[in-house]
Amino acid sequence: MNQDQVQQAGGIDLNPDALQFLTFILNGEEYGVDILKVQGIQGWSKVTPIPNTPDFMLGVINLRGAVVPIVDLRKRFQLDEVNYGPTTVVIVVKVAGDEGERVVGMVVDAVSEVYNVDAKEIKPSPNFSGSISTEYIRGLSMIENKMVILLEIDSLVNSGVLDLVPSELVV
Amino acid sequence: MFDDEGMDEIRQIFLEESTEGLDVMESGLLELEPGTADMETINNIFRAAHSIKGGGGTFGFIEVSDFTHWVETILDEMRSGERDVTENGITLLLESVDCLRGMMDSINAQSDYDTPRISALQARIVAVLNGEVDAGVAVPETASDSPAPEIVEVEACEPVAEAPVEVSQTESAQPDEQPQAEVVAESEPTTEEVQAASAVTEETVAAVAEAPIVKKPEVAPASELENVSAAEPAKGKADKAAPDSSGGSIRVNVDKVDSLLNLVGELVITQSMLGRFKKEFNVNDLSDLRDGLAQLESNTRELQESAMQIRMLPIKVAFSRFTRLVRDLSRNLGKKVKLELLGEQTELDKTVLEKIGDPLVHLVRNSLDHGIETVEKRLAMGKPAEGLIKLSAYHEAGNIVIEITDDGAGLNRDRILSKAIERGLVTEDEQLSDDSIYMLIFQAGFSTADQVSDLSGRGVGMDVVRRNIQDLGGRIDVHSEIGVGSKFTIRLPLTLAILDGQLVRVGGDTYIVPLLSIVESVFINPERVNVVANNQMLYRLREEFLPITDLRAICNGSYKNMTLDVDELNDKLLVVIETAGKRYGLVVDDLEDQQQVVIKALENNYRHVSGLAGATILGDGSVSLILDIPSLAQRCFSNIENTEQLASA
Repeated sequence: MNQDQVQQAGGIDLNPDALQFLTFILNGEEYGVDILKVQGIQGWSKVTPIPNTPDFMLGVINLRGAVVPIVDLRKRFQLDEVNYGPTTVVIVVKVAGDEGERVVGMVVDAVSEVYNVDAKEIKPSPNFSGSISTEYIRGLSMIENKMVILLEIDSLVNSGVLDLVPSELVV
Repeated sequence: MFDDEGMDEIRQIFLEESTEGLDVMESGLLELEPGTADMETINNIFRAAHSIKGGGGTFGFIEVSDFTHWVETILDEMRSGERDVTENGITLLLESVDCLRGMMDSINAQSDYDTPRISALQARIVAVLNGEVDAGVAVPETASDSPAPEIVEVEACEPVAEAPVEVSQTESAQPDEQPQAEVVAESEPTTEEVQAASAVTEETVAAVAEAPIVKKPEVAPASELENVSAAEPAKGKADKAAPDSSGGSIRVNVDKVDSLLNLVGELVITQSMLGRFKKEFNVNDLSDLRDGLAQLESNTRELQESAMQIRMLPIKVAFSRFTRLVRDLSRNLGKKVKLELLGEQTELDKTVLEKIGDPLVHLVRNSLDHGIETVEKRLAMGKPAEGLIKLSAYHEAGNIVIEITDDGAGLNRDRILSKAIERGLVTEDEQLSDDSIYMLIFQAGFSTADQVSDLSGRGVGMDVVRRNIQDLGGRIDVHSEIGVGSKFTIRLPLTLAILDGQLVRVGGDTYIVPLLSIVESVFINPERVNVVANNQMLYRLREEFLPITDLRAICNGSYKNMTLDVDELNDKLLVVIETAGKRYGLVVDDLEDQQQVVIKALENNYRHVSGLAGATILGDGSVSLILDIPSLAQRCFSNIENTEQLASA
């Protein structure tokens, strides 16, 4: 892992297949996000709700002067709601959108580990019914005898979360 | 050709300088009176043309320098008194300025030049230089690859084809009659340049001979002007597109930068003063700390103002194009119009300035087309033959106010009303004040013009004008008197980045209502609330009935239903807002501070949410949402008209 960091810092990636994933827990399953997309991890803080948005859009927070939307992945994928506890964290990711980069916070149950994954070791995802629908899944990887679901975070955040409009407005 | 970065930068510099030069040329030409020879003005125009030519040559835009060369030759003759300053000459030069602008746009867009237009105009200039009277040529507006040969009138084409041939002959044979050779040599050129220039000239000459030119020597100047005005909208679009592609840059007065630097210096001093409390702090330092914080506050405010100043440009930039527009249009329409510009030095934000141009053009055109009467009509009405359009700008309470006044016919109240009834916008028995009738002209698809003309009358304009102004967070009002004239007043915030807001509290949330939309705020007297059909509540404020809605309901996602009982309204406040000339009431729990807020777009990280203009960060670090009053009003009260009808039925 150290070696990887050195390589990245020097801008030379000797093994183009070497990837790092930050994993988090959602509903008992472990999901991985490309660590280069992760901007930070922070505790839960009060949000300002935005009217007329889907219920999984919790609102916006002030993240160092930027107004950043916070989404609840449990609500988004219609899992049972749990009360936010001490391990509840917000993973702030920066994804490429249509008009520049978007910074978004995702509320997850807990953050787990950082793993090195060889791109060649990523298995295509079979059609299975996990908590997060398969269209946002990049593949599966076996790490330390656990299965980690690696997410396609750009499409999850863009088409899976932010671009969804409230399906029905109360008029 | 312009692939690499360095070239890109050079091109930008050249374009900026040339655009400025062209502006100088245009305003100079407009100042020039036919028959007189104001040396200073001619020299100014000449100098601007000369730098464009020099720049074109230096940066490798040979076509530009070549074309400008011919323009310069005419100017040189005017300067030396060999040529009289005529109306036709000025018009030809103005067209050349337009043509050069087109070339600049092509360079900016990295597209091909509009060669037929350039060659046609060049041929005319050459003809004029050869002593022929310029009769005006229908300039092909866009480069068409396959000119239809039928439209070329062989006979009429002759003078054009002849002229360049003469030139290429004189170039070699009669150097003394060919002033352009000298002028080229003047502009610090290398030999290669001169060769290149003359090579291009020959190419262009060949192109001219082939170009599809319909020359009608008997064409009256009026129809020539039609071409100019027809080309105008296209030019406007190109102007607008240009800054988008380049990101743009601003020329800032050195004084402004100096004052910014001074303030930064002061800020550093304040910081070091406050910084010492980091090491040790005891109670005795409290007053020092307080002083330091007060100083920091004033530093911050001054710094903010100073930084905003950098983006501020005088409105002259937007006004200057009207001299030309009014000149061309009034000639086209056969009217006599004088344009008066006031407060040209009033400054406003660059973004606002760029976006206000088009609405202003529209309003001025309307005034010219519909407002100002023909000379005969004016004389018959006992008015001076020359109409007056006045554009003025001034600052008022943190806003910029732009007024467009004309002394024309004024808006016809009865005709607007009957047209509105005809279109079903209002009902016959509705009681409307004069001003609210005038506001009807801003409805989509509304036009009272008897005849759709080139300029206006299609009814697509005014609603776009109003929408553009609302997008900028401003509003427009009309005042008019039949036979005396009309006045359009536009109020705009000085900048788009900062807004004067009223903080309102609803439940536990704080929202921001732009101060510009608020008329007043009153305590609700439940006795004055009437519930009409459809659950719509009306509030009687003095003699007016306002539709009201609860902000809480809006924030919960329900637009049309009040969630409050009338009794619950007792200790609430009503914020009276005005948009699109109509007033509504928003019920809120409490009013908090008024403060300037920095607008953060929700689109940056999320997407546009209807009803919200953006968000801001308050002093305590929390995020607060800014309401978009026009869109809220539209969503909440769009069925009000029906409701009112039901109520009266």
